[in-house]
Amino acid sequence: MSEVKNGVNVEALLGAREVLEGAPQAGAFTWRAKCEWKDGTHSHSSVEGYFGFGEEQSHKREFTFDADHPELFAAADNGATPIEYVLVGLASCLTAGIAAVAQHREIQLNSVEATLEGGMDVRGILGMDADIRNGFDGIKVSYKIDADADREDIEALVAQSQKRSAVYDVVSNPTNITVVVE
Amino acid sequence: MSRCLSARAIDHVLLERGAVANSWRTERWDSLRLLTPNWQSRLPDFGYEGDDPDGYRNMPETIAFLDKYAQVIEAPVQTETAVTSLRCNDNGYQVGTDQGDWHCRTVVLATGACNIPTIPKIADAVPSGIAQLTPNNYRNPDQLAEGGVLVVGAAATGTQLADEIHRSGRPVTLSVGAHIRVPRVYRGRDIEWWMDASGLHDELYSEIEDIVRVRRVPSFQLTGSDERKTLDINALSAIGVKLVGRFAGIHDGKAQFAGSLRNMCNMSDLKMNRLLKTFDEWAEESGMDGEVDPSHRLEATGVEDAPPLGLDLTSGEIKTVIWATGYRPDYSWLELELLDRKGQIKHDGGVVTEAPGMYLLGMQFLRRRKSALIDGAGDDARDLCGHLAGYLANGNIL
Repeated sequence: MSEVKNGVNVEALLGAREVLEGAPQAGAFTWRAKCEWKDGTHSHSSVEGYFGFGEEQSHKREFTFDADHPELFAAADNGATPIEYVLVGLASCLTAGIAAVAQHREIQLNSVEATLEGGMDVRGILGMDADIRNGFDGIKVSYKIDADADREDIEALVAQSQKRSAVYDVVSNPTNITVVVE
Repeated sequence: MSRCLSARAIDHVLLERGAVANSWRTERWDSLRLLTPNWQSRLPDFGYEGDDPDGYRNMPETIAFLDKYAQVIEAPVQTETAVTSLRCNDNGYQVGTDQGDWHCRTVVLATGACNIPTIPKIADAVPSGIAQLTPNNYRNPDQLAEGGVLVVGAAATGTQLADEIHRSGRPVTLSVGAHIRVPRVYRGRDIEWWMDASGLHDELYSEIEDIVRVRRVPSFQLTGSDERKTLDINALSAIGVKLVGRFAGIHDGKAQFAGSLRNMCNMSDLKMNRLLKTFDEWAEESGMDGEVDPSHRLEATGVEDAPPLGLDLTSGEIKTVIWATGYRPDYSWLELELLDRKGQIKHDGGVVTEAPGMYLLGMQFLRRRKSALIDGAGDDARDLCGHLAGYLANGNIL
Protein backbone atom coordinates (compact mmCIF):
# COMPACT_ATOMS: atom_id res chain seq x y z
CA MET A 1 0.00 0.00 0.00
CA SER A 2 1.17 3.48 -0.71
CA GLU A 3 2.08 5.96 2.00
CA VAL A 4 0.51 8.76 0.00
CA LYS A 5 -2.56 10.28 1.66
CA ASN A 6 -4.57 12.78 -0.35
CA GLY A 7 -7.84 11.58 1.11
CA VAL A 8 -9.04 10.05 -2.17
CA ASN A 9 -10.17 6.44 -2.03
CA VAL A 10 -8.66 5.32 -5.32
CA GLU A 11 -9.34 1.65 -4.58
CA ALA A 12 -13.08 2.43 -4.39
CA LEU A 13 -12.93 4.32 -7.70
CA LEU A 14 -11.06 1.49 -9.39
CA GLY A 15 -13.58 -0.94 -7.89
CA ALA A 16 -16.41 1.11 -9.41
CA ARG A 17 -14.65 0.88 -12.77
CA GLU A 18 -14.55 -2.88 -12.49
CA VAL A 19 -18.24 -3.10 -11.59
CA LEU A 20 -19.17 -0.84 -14.52
CA GLU A 21 -17.10 -2.95 -16.90
CA GLY A 22 -19.57 -5.76 -16.27
CA ALA A 23 -22.67 -3.57 -15.94
CA PRO A 24 -22.17 -0.51 -18.15
CA GLN A 25 -25.83 0.56 -17.78
CA ALA A 26 -25.15 1.32 -14.11
CA GLY A 27 -22.88 4.12 -15.32
CA ALA A 28 -25.89 6.23 -16.36
CA PHE A 29 -26.15 9.03 -13.81
CA THR A 30 -28.54 12.00 -13.71
CA TRP A 31 -27.53 15.07 -11.76
CA ARG A 32 -30.25 17.49 -10.67
CA ALA A 33 -30.63 20.97 -9.32
CA LYS A 34 -33.66 23.04 -8.35
CA CYS A 35 -33.90 26.77 -8.56
CA GLU A 36 -36.47 29.18 -7.15
CA TRP A 37 -36.74 32.85 -7.95
CA LYS A 38 -36.68 35.09 -4.90
CA ASP A 39 -36.69 38.70 -5.98
CA GLY A 40 -34.96 40.76 -8.61
CA THR A 41 -32.04 38.74 -9.96
CA HIS A 42 -31.79 36.79 -6.71
CA SER A 43 -32.54 33.09 -6.86
CA HIS A 44 -32.15 30.23 -4.45
CA SER A 45 -30.94 26.87 -5.76
CA SER A 46 -30.55 23.51 -4.13
CA VAL A 47 -29.23 20.05 -4.87
CA GLU A 48 -29.95 16.89 -2.94
CA GLY A 49 -31.13 13.86 -4.91
CA TYR A 50 -29.50 12.33 -7.96
CA PHE A 51 -29.73 9.07 -9.87
CA GLY A 52 -26.81 6.67 -10.21
CA PHE A 53 -25.76 3.00 -10.04
CA GLY A 54 -29.31 2.09 -11.09
CA GLU A 55 -31.21 3.81 -8.29
CA GLU A 56 -32.15 7.07 -6.62
CA GLN A 57 -29.36 8.42 -4.48
CA SER A 58 -29.09 11.32 -2.11
CA HIS A 59 -26.42 13.63 -0.76
CA LYS A 60 -25.91 13.50 3.01
CA ARG A 61 -28.01 16.66 3.15
CA GLU A 62 -29.42 19.36 0.91
CA PHE A 63 -26.91 21.94 -0.31
CA THR A 64 -28.13 25.41 -1.20
CA PHE A 65 -26.78 28.28 -3.27
CA ASP A 66 -27.87 31.87 -3.56
CA ALA A 67 -27.19 33.56 -6.84
CA ASP A 68 -27.62 37.21 -7.64
CA HIS A 69 -25.76 40.01 -9.35
CA PRO A 70 -23.54 42.68 -7.82
CA GLU A 71 -24.61 46.19 -6.91
CA LEU A 72 -22.75 47.43 -9.95
CA PHE A 73 -25.67 45.99 -11.94
CA ALA A 74 -28.12 47.68 -9.58
CA ALA A 75 -28.85 44.29 -8.00
CA ALA A 76 -28.92 43.30 -4.33
CA ASP A 77 -25.83 41.08 -4.40
CA ASN A 78 -27.36 38.28 -2.36
CA GLY A 79 -24.95 35.75 -3.79
CA ALA A 80 -22.36 34.96 -6.42
CA THR A 81 -23.29 35.64 -10.04
CA PRO A 82 -24.30 32.52 -11.98
CA ILE A 83 -21.24 32.82 -14.19
CA GLU A 84 -19.04 32.78 -11.09
CA TYR A 85 -20.69 29.48 -10.17
CA VAL A 86 -19.39 28.18 -13.48
CA LEU A 87 -15.86 29.15 -12.43
CA VAL A 88 -16.45 27.52 -9.04
CA GLY A 89 -17.69 24.35 -10.75
CA LEU A 90 -14.70 24.22 -13.08
CA ALA A 91 -12.20 24.93 -10.29
CA SER A 92 -13.59 22.35 -7.92
CA CYS A 93 -13.89 19.72 -10.63
CA LEU A 94 -10.29 20.18 -11.81
CA THR A 95 -9.01 20.30 -8.24
CA ALA A 96 -10.83 17.11 -7.27
CA GLY A 97 -9.37 15.50 -10.37
CA ILE A 98 -5.85 16.58 -9.43
CA ALA A 99 -6.25 14.96 -6.01
CA ALA A 100 -7.60 11.75 -7.49
CA VAL A 101 -4.93 11.47 -10.17
CA ALA A 102 -2.21 12.33 -7.63
CA GLN A 103 -3.44 9.58 -5.34
CA HIS A 104 -3.48 7.11 -8.20
CA ARG A 105 0.03 8.11 -9.24
CA GLU A 106 1.18 8.04 -5.62
CA ILE A 107 2.09 11.71 -5.48
CA GLN A 108 1.62 13.41 -2.10
CA LEU A 109 -0.06 16.82 -2.39
CA ASN A 110 0.81 19.40 0.24
CA SER A 111 -1.23 22.31 -1.07
CA VAL A 112 -3.23 23.08 -4.19
CA GLU A 113 -4.58 26.52 -4.95
CA ALA A 114 -6.36 27.59 -8.10
CA THR A 115 -7.15 31.09 -9.28
CA LEU A 116 -9.65 31.45 -12.08
CA GLU A 117 -10.42 34.32 -14.40
CA GLY A 118 -13.07 34.43 -17.04
CA GLY A 119 -13.10 37.41 -19.38
CA MET A 120 -16.38 38.73 -20.69
CA ASP A 121 -17.61 41.73 -22.64
CA VAL A 122 -20.93 42.55 -20.96
CA ARG A 123 -22.16 44.31 -24.07
CA GLY A 124 -23.03 40.76 -25.16
CA ILE A 125 -25.54 40.05 -22.39
CA LEU A 126 -26.86 43.59 -22.64
CA GLY A 127 -27.78 42.83 -26.25
CA MET A 128 -25.73 45.70 -27.63
CA ASP A 129 -23.76 43.83 -30.28
CA ALA A 130 -24.73 40.52 -31.85
CA ASP A 131 -21.07 39.80 -32.65
CA ILE A 132 -20.16 39.70 -28.95
CA ARG A 133 -21.00 36.42 -27.28
CA ASN A 134 -22.80 36.29 -23.96
CA GLY A 135 -20.37 33.92 -22.33
CA PHE A 136 -16.73 34.02 -21.48
CA ASP A 137 -14.29 34.87 -24.26
CA GLY A 138 -11.87 32.56 -22.45
CA ILE A 139 -11.11 31.13 -19.04
CA LYS A 140 -7.71 31.19 -17.41
CA VAL A 141 -6.94 28.79 -14.57
CA SER A 142 -3.68 29.16 -12.63
CA TYR A 143 -2.60 26.48 -10.22
CA LYS A 144 -0.10 26.78 -7.39
CA ILE A 145 0.73 23.26 -6.33
CA ASP A 146 3.11 22.06 -3.66
CA ALA A 147 3.59 18.32 -4.02
CA ASP A 148 6.28 15.71 -3.52
CA ALA A 149 6.97 15.48 -7.27
CA ASP A 150 8.92 17.29 -9.93
CA ARG A 151 7.42 20.01 -12.07
CA GLU A 152 6.76 17.76 -15.08
CA ASP A 153 4.84 15.27 -12.96
CA ILE A 154 2.80 18.08 -11.45
CA GLU A 155 2.02 19.46 -14.91
CA ALA A 156 1.00 15.97 -15.99
CA LEU A 157 -1.44 15.80 -13.05
CA VAL A 158 -3.06 19.03 -14.11
CA ALA A 159 -3.21 17.92 -17.74
CA GLN A 160 -4.76 14.54 -16.88
CA SER A 161 -7.29 16.22 -14.61
CA GLN A 162 -8.47 18.39 -17.53
CA LYS A 163 -8.75 15.30 -19.69
CA ARG A 164 -11.04 13.59 -17.18
CA SER A 165 -13.04 16.57 -15.89
CA ALA A 166 -16.82 16.67 -16.43
CA VAL A 167 -17.08 20.43 -16.02
CA TYR A 168 -14.08 21.08 -18.27
CA ASP A 169 -15.82 18.96 -20.90
CA VAL A 170 -19.14 20.80 -20.51
CA VAL A 171 -17.46 24.19 -20.72
CA SER A 172 -15.09 23.38 -23.58
CA ASN A 173 -17.56 21.42 -25.75
CA PRO A 174 -21.02 22.25 -27.05
CA THR A 175 -23.88 20.60 -25.17
CA ASN A 176 -27.49 20.32 -26.29
CA ILE A 177 -29.81 22.10 -23.88
CA THR A 178 -33.58 21.63 -23.86
CA VAL A 179 -35.57 24.15 -21.89
CA VAL A 180 -39.34 23.58 -21.62
CA VAL A 181 -42.16 25.38 -19.88
CA GLU A 182 -44.44 22.95 -18.03
CA MET B 1 2.25 -17.26 -39.17
CA SER B 2 2.44 -19.25 -42.39
CA ARG B 3 6.22 -19.51 -42.02
CA CYS B 4 5.86 -20.72 -38.43
CA LEU B 5 3.17 -23.24 -39.36
CA SER B 6 5.33 -24.57 -42.22
CA ALA B 7 8.30 -24.89 -39.87
CA ARG B 8 6.13 -27.16 -37.72
CA ALA B 9 4.77 -28.96 -40.80
CA ILE B 10 1.23 -27.88 -39.99
CA ASP B 11 -0.91 -28.04 -43.10
CA HIS B 12 -2.58 -24.68 -43.75
CA VAL B 13 -3.90 -22.27 -46.33
CA LEU B 14 -3.91 -18.44 -46.47
CA LEU B 15 -7.09 -16.89 -47.77
CA GLU B 16 -6.57 -13.50 -49.40
CA ARG B 17 -9.50 -11.49 -50.79
CA GLY B 18 -7.28 -9.87 -53.44
CA ALA B 19 -3.59 -10.27 -54.17
CA VAL B 20 -0.83 -10.58 -51.56
CA ALA B 21 -0.54 -7.23 -49.72
CA ASN B 22 -4.06 -6.33 -50.83
CA SER B 23 -4.72 -3.47 -48.43
CA TRP B 24 -1.32 -1.95 -49.28
CA ARG B 25 -2.30 -2.14 -52.95
CA THR B 26 -5.84 -0.82 -52.69
CA GLU B 27 -6.39 1.18 -49.52
CA ARG B 28 -3.41 3.54 -49.25
CA TRP B 29 -2.76 7.04 -50.52
CA ASP B 30 -0.14 7.47 -53.25
CA SER B 31 2.65 9.16 -51.29
CA LEU B 32 2.42 6.98 -48.18
CA ARG B 33 5.61 5.43 -46.92
CA LEU B 34 6.02 3.06 -44.01
CA LEU B 35 6.40 4.77 -40.66
CA THR B 36 9.06 2.25 -39.66
CA PRO B 37 12.57 2.17 -41.17
CA ASN B 38 13.58 -0.55 -43.62
CA TRP B 39 15.77 -2.45 -41.14
CA GLN B 40 12.80 -2.84 -38.83
CA SER B 41 10.62 -5.01 -41.07
CA ARG B 42 12.02 -8.28 -39.75
CA LEU B 43 9.93 -11.31 -40.55
CA PRO B 44 10.73 -14.92 -39.61
CA ASP B 45 13.76 -15.87 -41.79
CA PHE B 46 13.48 -12.68 -43.83
CA GLY B 47 14.60 -9.10 -43.53
CA TYR B 48 15.99 -6.06 -45.29
CA GLU B 49 19.13 -6.58 -47.35
CA GLY B 50 19.36 -3.30 -49.27
CA ASP B 51 21.76 -0.40 -48.78
CA ASP B 52 19.30 2.01 -47.16
CA PRO B 53 18.41 0.46 -43.80
CA ASP B 54 17.28 3.81 -42.40
CA GLY B 55 14.94 4.64 -45.31
CA TYR B 56 11.19 4.14 -45.39
CA ARG B 57 9.52 1.93 -47.99
CA ASN B 58 7.00 3.48 -50.33
CA MET B 59 3.93 1.51 -51.33
CA PRO B 60 5.35 -0.31 -54.37
CA GLU B 61 8.39 -1.31 -52.26
CA THR B 62 6.16 -2.50 -49.44
CA ILE B 63 4.06 -4.58 -51.80
CA ALA B 64 7.19 -6.03 -53.44
CA PHE B 65 8.61 -6.84 -50.00
CA LEU B 66 5.52 -8.81 -48.95
CA ASP B 67 5.24 -10.44 -52.38
CA LYS B 68 8.81 -11.62 -52.17
CA TYR B 69 8.32 -12.95 -48.66
CA ALA B 70 5.27 -14.94 -49.78
CA GLN B 71 7.45 -16.47 -52.55
CA VAL B 72 10.49 -17.13 -50.40
CA ILE B 73 8.54 -18.99 -47.74
CA GLU B 74 6.32 -20.63 -50.36
CA ALA B 75 3.21 -19.47 -48.55
CA PRO B 76 0.15 -21.44 -49.67
CA VAL B 77 -1.87 -18.34 -50.53
CA GLN B 78 -5.20 -18.68 -52.25
CA THR B 79 -5.72 -15.23 -53.74
CA GLU B 80 -8.96 -13.63 -54.95
CA THR B 81 -10.82 -15.47 -52.22
CA ALA B 82 -13.01 -13.37 -49.98
CA VAL B 83 -14.13 -14.85 -46.67
CA THR B 84 -17.88 -14.42 -46.30
CA SER B 85 -18.59 -16.36 -43.12
CA LEU B 86 -16.93 -18.03 -40.16
CA ARG B 87 -18.87 -20.41 -37.93
CA CYS B 88 -18.30 -23.45 -35.73
CA ASN B 89 -18.82 -26.98 -36.95
CA ASP B 90 -18.43 -30.40 -35.27
CA ASN B 91 -14.65 -30.54 -35.69
CA GLY B 92 -13.68 -26.91 -35.49
CA TYR B 93 -14.58 -24.18 -37.91
CA GLN B 94 -16.25 -23.74 -41.24
CA VAL B 95 -14.98 -20.84 -43.32
CA GLY B 96 -17.27 -19.74 -46.12
CA THR B 97 -15.67 -17.96 -49.08
CA ASP B 98 -16.78 -16.82 -52.50
CA GLN B 99 -14.67 -19.75 -53.79
CA GLY B 100 -16.27 -22.46 -51.67
CA ASP B 101 -16.09 -23.61 -48.06
CA TRP B 102 -13.13 -24.65 -45.92
CA HIS B 103 -13.21 -26.81 -42.83
CA CYS B 104 -10.45 -26.47 -40.28
CA ARG B 105 -9.64 -27.31 -36.69
CA THR B 106 -7.92 -24.01 -36.09
CA VAL B 107 -8.23 -20.59 -37.66
CA VAL B 108 -6.07 -17.48 -37.44
CA LEU B 109 -7.72 -14.10 -38.01
CA ALA B 110 -5.06 -11.86 -39.53
CA THR B 111 -7.45 -9.38 -41.11
CA GLY B 112 -6.07 -6.54 -39.03
CA ALA B 113 -7.39 -3.62 -37.04
CA CYS B 114 -7.76 -1.12 -39.87
CA ASN B 115 -10.52 -2.35 -42.19
CA ILE B 116 -13.16 0.36 -41.91
CA PRO B 117 -12.43 4.04 -41.33
CA THR B 118 -14.18 5.26 -38.19
CA ILE B 119 -16.24 8.33 -38.97
CA PRO B 120 -17.97 10.21 -36.15
CA LYS B 121 -21.73 10.73 -36.30
CA ILE B 122 -21.33 14.48 -36.82
CA ALA B 123 -20.31 13.67 -40.41
CA ASP B 124 -24.04 13.35 -41.17
CA ALA B 125 -24.47 17.06 -40.43
CA VAL B 126 -21.75 18.25 -42.83
CA PRO B 127 -23.44 20.44 -45.48
CA SER B 128 -24.02 18.52 -48.71
CA GLY B 129 -21.83 20.75 -50.86
CA ILE B 130 -18.71 19.61 -49.02
CA ALA B 131 -16.89 16.47 -50.19
CA GLN B 132 -16.05 13.97 -47.46
CA LEU B 133 -13.15 11.52 -47.72
CA THR B 134 -11.43 8.96 -45.54
CA PRO B 135 -7.80 7.81 -45.67
CA ASN B 136 -9.09 4.74 -47.54
CA ASN B 137 -10.37 6.63 -50.55
CA TYR B 138 -8.01 9.63 -50.46
CA ARG B 139 -5.21 9.19 -53.01
CA ASN B 140 -3.61 12.60 -53.61
CA PRO B 141 -4.42 16.32 -53.45
CA ASP B 142 -5.35 16.50 -57.16
CA GLN B 143 -8.43 14.53 -56.31
CA LEU B 144 -9.70 17.43 -54.16
CA ALA B 145 -11.48 20.59 -55.25
CA GLU B 146 -9.47 23.79 -55.01
CA GLY B 147 -10.15 25.52 -51.70
CA GLY B 148 -9.99 24.84 -48.01
CA VAL B 149 -9.75 21.40 -46.45
CA LEU B 150 -10.68 20.44 -42.91
CA VAL B 151 -8.60 17.46 -41.78
CA VAL B 152 -10.03 15.85 -38.65
CA GLY B 153 -7.54 13.95 -36.52
CA ALA B 154 -3.86 14.57 -35.80
CA ALA B 155 -2.33 11.13 -35.48
CA ALA B 156 0.07 9.85 -38.16
CA THR B 157 -2.54 9.90 -40.92
CA GLY B 158 -4.10 13.30 -40.21
CA THR B 159 -0.78 15.09 -39.90
CA GLN B 160 0.60 13.56 -43.10
CA LEU B 161 -2.49 14.41 -45.12
CA ALA B 162 -2.60 17.93 -43.64
CA ASP B 163 1.02 18.46 -44.70
CA GLU B 164 0.60 17.14 -48.24
CA ILE B 165 -2.72 18.87 -48.90
CA HIS B 166 -1.67 22.25 -47.49
CA ARG B 167 1.48 22.16 -49.64
CA SER B 168 -0.73 21.58 -52.69
CA GLY B 169 -2.16 25.08 -52.22
CA ARG B 170 -5.38 24.03 -50.47
CA PRO B 171 -5.39 25.77 -47.07
CA VAL B 172 -5.78 23.16 -44.33
CA THR B 173 -7.49 23.50 -40.97
CA LEU B 174 -6.48 20.64 -38.70
CA SER B 175 -8.78 19.52 -35.90
CA VAL B 176 -6.59 18.20 -33.10
CA GLY B 177 -7.68 15.82 -30.35
CA ALA B 178 -5.53 13.44 -28.33
CA HIS B 179 -2.30 12.66 -30.17
CA ILE B 180 1.15 11.25 -29.48
CA ARG B 181 3.98 13.56 -30.48
CA VAL B 182 7.45 12.10 -31.07
CA PRO B 183 10.53 13.31 -32.95
CA ARG B 184 11.38 11.21 -36.02
CA VAL B 185 15.04 11.25 -35.05
CA TYR B 186 16.20 11.64 -31.45
CA ARG B 187 19.86 12.00 -30.47
CA GLY B 188 20.77 10.98 -34.01
CA ARG B 189 18.76 7.74 -34.05
CA ASP B 190 15.33 6.92 -35.42
CA ILE B 191 12.62 6.92 -32.75
CA GLU B 192 11.91 3.33 -33.77
CA TRP B 193 15.53 2.44 -32.98
CA TRP B 194 14.99 3.78 -29.46
CA MET B 195 11.71 1.90 -29.06
CA ASP B 196 13.40 -1.29 -30.24
CA ALA B 197 16.79 -1.04 -28.55
CA SER B 198 15.44 0.09 -25.17
CA GLY B 199 13.08 -2.87 -25.12
CA LEU B 200 9.90 -0.80 -25.08
CA HIS B 201 8.63 -2.49 -28.25
CA ASP B 202 9.05 -5.89 -26.59
CA GLU B 203 7.00 -5.01 -23.50
CA LEU B 204 4.37 -7.69 -23.05
CA TYR B 205 0.64 -7.10 -22.77
CA SER B 206 0.65 -8.95 -19.46
CA GLU B 207 3.05 -6.35 -18.03
CA ILE B 208 0.77 -3.41 -18.79
CA GLU B 209 -1.48 -2.07 -16.05
CA ASP B 210 -4.40 -0.88 -18.17
CA ILE B 211 -4.06 -2.80 -21.44
CA VAL B 212 -7.58 -1.87 -22.63
CA ARG B 213 -6.66 1.82 -22.56
CA VAL B 214 -3.20 1.30 -24.05
CA ARG B 215 -4.64 -0.66 -26.97
CA ARG B 216 -6.68 2.42 -27.90
CA VAL B 217 -3.82 4.95 -27.82
CA PRO B 218 -3.49 6.75 -31.18
CA SER B 219 -0.52 6.07 -33.46
CA PHE B 220 2.74 7.99 -33.12
CA GLN B 221 2.66 11.26 -35.07
CA LEU B 222 5.25 10.09 -37.61
CA THR B 223 6.01 10.22 -41.29
CA GLY B 224 8.56 8.43 -43.43
CA SER B 225 10.58 10.78 -45.64
CA ASP B 226 14.03 11.05 -47.20
CA GLU B 227 14.88 13.96 -44.89
CA ARG B 228 13.68 11.91 -41.89
CA LYS B 229 11.71 14.98 -40.92
CA THR B 230 9.62 15.36 -37.77
CA LEU B 231 6.03 16.10 -38.70
CA ASP B 232 4.44 17.48 -35.56
CA ILE B 233 1.94 20.25 -34.87
CA ASN B 234 4.73 22.85 -34.85
CA ALA B 235 5.91 21.73 -38.30
CA LEU B 236 2.37 22.08 -39.61
CA SER B 237 1.87 25.50 -38.00
CA ALA B 238 5.13 26.62 -39.61
CA ILE B 239 3.77 26.03 -43.13
CA GLY B 240 0.50 27.77 -42.28
CA VAL B 241 -1.85 24.96 -41.29
CA LYS B 242 -4.53 26.40 -38.98
CA LEU B 243 -5.12 24.52 -35.72
CA VAL B 244 -8.46 24.00 -34.03
CA GLY B 245 -9.58 21.74 -31.17
CA ARG B 246 -11.33 18.41 -31.34
CA PHE B 247 -14.31 18.42 -33.72
CA ALA B 248 -17.20 18.54 -31.26
CA GLY B 249 -20.32 19.22 -33.30
CA ILE B 250 -22.09 21.03 -36.11
CA HIS B 251 -24.80 23.56 -35.37
CA ASP B 252 -26.59 25.53 -38.11
CA GLY B 253 -23.89 24.55 -40.59
CA LYS B 254 -21.18 25.80 -38.29
CA ALA B 255 -18.48 23.40 -37.11
CA GLN B 256 -17.79 23.60 -33.38
CA PHE B 257 -14.40 22.79 -31.92
CA ALA B 258 -13.53 21.99 -28.32
CA GLY B 259 -11.65 24.55 -26.27
CA SER B 260 -9.23 21.87 -25.13
CA LEU B 261 -6.57 22.31 -27.84
CA ARG B 262 -4.00 23.72 -25.44
CA ASN B 263 -4.37 20.85 -23.01
CA MET B 264 -4.22 18.28 -25.82
CA CYS B 265 -0.90 19.77 -26.96
CA ASN B 266 0.46 20.19 -23.43
CA MET B 267 -0.39 16.63 -22.62
CA SER B 268 1.30 15.41 -25.75
CA ASP B 269 4.46 17.39 -24.96
CA LEU B 270 4.53 16.01 -21.42
CA LYS B 271 4.12 12.43 -22.66
CA MET B 272 6.82 12.90 -25.27
CA ASN B 273 9.23 14.32 -22.71
CA ARG B 274 8.52 11.40 -20.39
CA LEU B 275 9.29 8.99 -23.23
CA LEU B 276 12.52 10.82 -24.12
CA LYS B 277 13.50 10.76 -20.45
CA THR B 278 12.98 7.00 -20.43
CA PHE B 279 15.31 6.75 -23.44
CA ASP B 280 17.92 8.99 -21.78
CA GLU B 281 17.86 6.85 -18.66
CA TRP B 282 18.13 3.67 -20.70
CA ALA B 283 21.05 5.12 -22.70
CA GLU B 284 22.88 5.93 -19.50
CA GLU B 285 22.23 2.55 -17.88
CA SER B 286 23.08 0.56 -20.97
CA GLY B 287 26.28 2.45 -21.70
CA MET B 288 24.88 3.79 -24.99
CA ASP B 289 25.27 7.42 -23.91
CA GLY B 290 28.53 7.85 -25.80
CA GLU B 291 27.19 6.17 -28.93
CA VAL B 292 24.41 8.69 -29.52
CA ASP B 293 24.15 12.48 -29.76
CA PRO B 294 23.57 14.56 -26.61
CA SER B 295 20.15 14.63 -24.98
CA HIS B 296 17.83 17.44 -26.01
CA ARG B 297 14.19 18.46 -25.89
CA LEU B 298 11.87 19.78 -28.59
CA GLU B 299 10.27 23.18 -28.38
CA ALA B 300 6.86 23.08 -26.68
CA THR B 301 3.93 22.89 -29.08
CA GLY B 302 2.80 26.40 -29.93
CA VAL B 303 -0.91 27.13 -29.73
CA GLU B 304 -2.35 30.57 -30.36
CA ASP B 305 -3.98 32.31 -27.39
CA ALA B 306 -7.52 31.90 -28.63
CA PRO B 307 -7.82 29.21 -31.30
CA PRO B 308 -11.05 29.41 -33.29
CA LEU B 309 -13.96 27.53 -31.70
CA GLY B 310 -16.12 27.59 -34.80
CA LEU B 311 -15.89 27.43 -38.57
CA ASP B 312 -18.75 28.23 -40.91
CA LEU B 313 -19.08 25.25 -43.24
CA THR B 314 -21.63 27.07 -45.41
CA SER B 315 -19.36 29.99 -46.33
CA GLY B 316 -17.61 28.11 -49.15
CA GLU B 317 -14.22 28.34 -47.44
CA ILE B 318 -14.10 24.58 -46.77
CA LYS B 319 -14.57 22.35 -49.81
CA THR B 320 -13.49 19.02 -48.35
CA VAL B 321 -13.53 17.28 -44.99
CA ILE B 322 -11.15 14.36 -44.46
CA TRP B 323 -11.88 12.07 -41.53
CA ALA B 324 -8.55 10.81 -40.21
CA THR B 325 -10.30 9.59 -37.10
CA GLY B 326 -9.06 6.03 -36.92
CA TYR B 327 -10.16 2.62 -38.04
CA ARG B 328 -12.06 -0.36 -36.77
CA PRO B 329 -11.91 -4.01 -37.81
CA ASP B 330 -14.57 -5.52 -40.08
CA TYR B 331 -16.07 -8.66 -38.57
CA SER B 332 -19.24 -8.65 -40.65
CA TRP B 333 -18.42 -12.23 -41.74
CA LEU B 334 -17.98 -13.51 -38.20
CA GLU B 335 -21.05 -15.55 -37.26
CA LEU B 336 -19.90 -16.19 -33.69
CA GLU B 337 -20.53 -14.13 -30.57
CA LEU B 338 -16.94 -13.15 -29.86
CA LEU B 339 -17.03 -9.37 -29.73
CA ASP B 340 -16.91 -7.07 -26.74
CA ARG B 341 -19.19 -4.02 -26.55
CA LYS B 342 -16.62 -1.96 -28.49
CA GLY B 343 -16.71 -4.40 -31.42
CA GLN B 344 -13.31 -5.97 -30.69
CA ILE B 345 -12.73 -9.71 -30.45
CA LYS B 346 -12.18 -10.75 -26.84
CA HIS B 347 -8.77 -12.35 -26.60
CA ASP B 348 -5.89 -13.07 -24.27
CA GLY B 349 -2.73 -12.12 -26.10
CA GLY B 350 -4.20 -13.29 -29.41
CA VAL B 351 -5.75 -16.49 -28.06
CA VAL B 352 -9.46 -15.95 -28.68
CA THR B 353 -11.00 -16.49 -25.28
CA GLU B 354 -14.35 -17.97 -26.23
CA ALA B 355 -13.35 -19.97 -29.32
CA PRO B 356 -10.74 -22.69 -28.70
CA GLY B 357 -8.44 -23.06 -31.70
CA MET B 358 -9.05 -19.52 -32.89
CA TYR B 359 -6.27 -16.90 -32.91
CA LEU B 360 -5.93 -13.23 -33.65
CA LEU B 361 -2.90 -11.47 -35.20
CA GLY B 362 -1.81 -7.96 -36.13
CA MET B 363 -3.84 -6.01 -33.60
CA GLN B 364 -2.69 -3.07 -31.49
CA PHE B 365 -0.62 -4.39 -28.55
CA LEU B 366 -1.90 -7.92 -29.15
CA ARG B 367 0.96 -9.53 -27.22
CA ARG B 368 3.60 -6.81 -27.17
CA ARG B 369 3.90 -3.12 -27.90
CA LYS B 370 5.13 -3.77 -31.44
CA SER B 371 2.32 -6.20 -32.30
CA ALA B 372 0.70 -3.96 -34.91
CA LEU B 373 4.01 -3.39 -36.74
CA ILE B 374 5.32 -5.65 -39.49
CA ASP B 375 8.22 -6.15 -37.10
CA GLY B 376 5.87 -7.45 -34.41
CA ALA B 377 4.23 -10.15 -36.52
CA GLY B 378 7.10 -12.62 -36.18
CA ASP B 379 7.30 -12.86 -32.40
CA ASP B 380 3.52 -12.93 -32.05
CA ALA B 381 3.19 -15.61 -34.73
CA ARG B 382 5.89 -17.76 -33.08
CA ASP B 383 4.10 -17.54 -29.72
CA LEU B 384 0.65 -18.20 -31.09
CA CYS B 385 1.83 -20.93 -33.45
CA GLY B 386 3.25 -22.71 -30.40
CA HIS B 387 -0.12 -22.45 -28.67
CA LEU B 388 -1.90 -23.61 -31.81
CA ALA B 389 0.39 -26.63 -32.22
CA GLY B 390 -0.26 -27.56 -28.59
CA TYR B 391 -3.97 -27.29 -29.16
CA LEU B 392 -3.80 -29.60 -32.17
CA ALA B 393 -1.53 -32.08 -30.38
CA ASN B 394 -3.81 -32.32 -27.36
CA GLY B 395 -6.60 -33.38 -29.64
CA ASN B 396 -9.05 -30.90 -28.28
CA ILE B 397 -12.19 -31.03 -30.31
CA LEU B 398 -14.98 -28.55 -29.78
